[in-house]
Amino acid sequence: MKMLEVKALNVWFGAGRDRVDAVKGANFTVEEGESFGLVGESGSGKSTILRAISGLAPQWSGGINVNGMSLGRRRPNAFYKTVQMVFQDPYASLHPRHSVDQVLGETLYLHGFRDIDARVVRLLDDVGLGQKFRFRYPHQLSGGQRQRVAIARALAPEPKLLLLDEPTSALDVSVQAEVLNLLADLRADHGLTYLMVSHDLSVVSHVCDRLAVMKDGEIVEVMDVAALRQMRATHPYSQQLLQASI
Amino acid sequence: MSDRQTLRDWLLTETPTSRRHAKLSALYHGWLTFRSNSMAMLGLAILVALVLTALFAPLLAPLDPFEQNLSQRLLPLGAENHLFGTDSLGRDILSRLIYGARITLYIVALVALIAPIVGLLVGTVSGYVGGWIDTVLMRVTDIFLAFPRLVLALAFVAALGAGIENAVIAISLTAWPPYARIARAETLTIRSSDYISAIKLQGAGPLRIITKHIWPLCISSLIVRVTLDMAGIILAAAGLGFLGLGAQPPSPEWGAMISEGRRFILDHWWVATMPGLAIFTVSLAFNLLGDGLRDVLDPKAGD
Repeated sequence: MKMLEVKALNVWFGAGRDRVDAVKGANFTVEEGESFGLVGESGSGKSTILRAISGLAPQWSGGINVNGMSLGRRRPNAFYKTVQMVFQDPYASLHPRHSVDQVLGETLYLHGFRDIDARVVRLLDDVGLGQKFRFRYPHQLSGGQRQRVAIARALAPEPKLLLLDEPTSALDVSVQAEVLNLLADLRADHGLTYLMVSHDLSVVSHVCDRLAVMKDGEIVEVMDVAALRQMRATHPYSQQLLQASI
Repeated sequence: MSDRQTLRDWLLTETPTSRRHAKLSALYHGWLTFRSNSMAMLGLAILVALVLTALFAPLLAPLDPFEQNLSQRLLPLGAENHLFGTDSLGRDILSRLIYGARITLYIVALVALIAPIVGLLVGTVSGYVGGWIDTVLMRVTDIFLAFPRLVLALAFVAALGAGIENAVIAISLTAWPPYARIARAETLTIRSSDYISAIKLQGAGPLRIITKHIWPLCISSLIVRVTLDMAGIILAAAGLGFLGLGAQPPSPEWGAMISEGRRFILDHWWVATMPGLAIFTVSLAFNLLGDGLRDVLDPKAGD
């Protein structure tokens, strides 16, 4: 079953002469339980696709289907229970004045859960943070710990599809590996589907099953990771990208 | 280990065990930062003294602030049981200053309640909602800002009638636009940040985002700005009193006292100088406090 279907997606910013077309005619599908990567250099529009799916980039045309739901301008609450996002910079994605407990508690409250205490405890265990982190503030946490809190927040509504916007690029290499392993474990445990954006081919080949290569707002090639590992890219830009990453 | 030490350790722990514990711990950390700033502590001490003076004015004042004695008018400093001398009607200046602390606090409290709250509401709504609401609210703010503050306050007082309450309302009405501007500027930077996007993805509405996520971040800079503006507010109230539009005689408002003393300033300098020093001290205390609060409340300064 298809978890995510993107058809002829265009995303733009501004209007008139200032209009910038960030994504042009993107097509791809992600099967349920699959992990799909979007790869490209900075400004190629890969993060913009995530923001369009999550509803944070309001100007788009084309079709987005999530778990059988066709999306319009406004996202229903059921959408936020199905799709969640982890942001790139864990230093910017947590409210500086809210403790971990407040962040997770408010999220759970907004999704209508009433057994908040028990769920906060379970979420922190799920992402490998103990109870001693529950009442800390973001400035008392390291980058990797913050990203774990952000992942816990995304898991709180028990989503099916997780949008990962370069979740490890702001972290140290050793911490990157920990977070990637955590993401792999969580996918296995919760049966999640991932759509992951990255500019790092090794990260993508570690986490993803298939990937799309983007350049200047267009998807130039979709391939699976086996092809990536054997350097069997067909499009010249993908080959160039592969060469550069060795 | 003594009890005191364990309480300190409990407050400074890196691993709070409950919501209340985390709150208290954060407060204590803030207090430690504030305490290390000795100038801010001086400002706080002066303001605590001012509050105590206002509370216990009848006990502290040596004489009745309204009792006139024309045979003892314009006595110099230190004259027989008039430490700060007497004014043109023979009233004890020290007692009047002590009772005047109440009026000063009253003005400060009312303005501090009205102006920043109006400014916060206007600024955050304007900044978050944007569009034509932003345009309308900001043009209204511009109109208020275009008038010289004291002139606008004069117009309001003229319309509402002279008196300390109306002076406070007039000052508040002229004081909110800068707060609205600050709150709007802060909101514009906050609303595009990732943590606001993240809470939007939980389905939170604008009301929740503004009150629970934007206000806590705007309030700290507003509090700092209010304490720094307090000096100006006290001076504006004193200015209105000086022009005869604020506190009415025989009320011992400090600005009105300066205005009375002005007539004798060449021969009897203390009549105007003593209330002037009081205004100066309180204004300075608010400025020092504001400086210290900025260090504590800045959310980016967290260690």
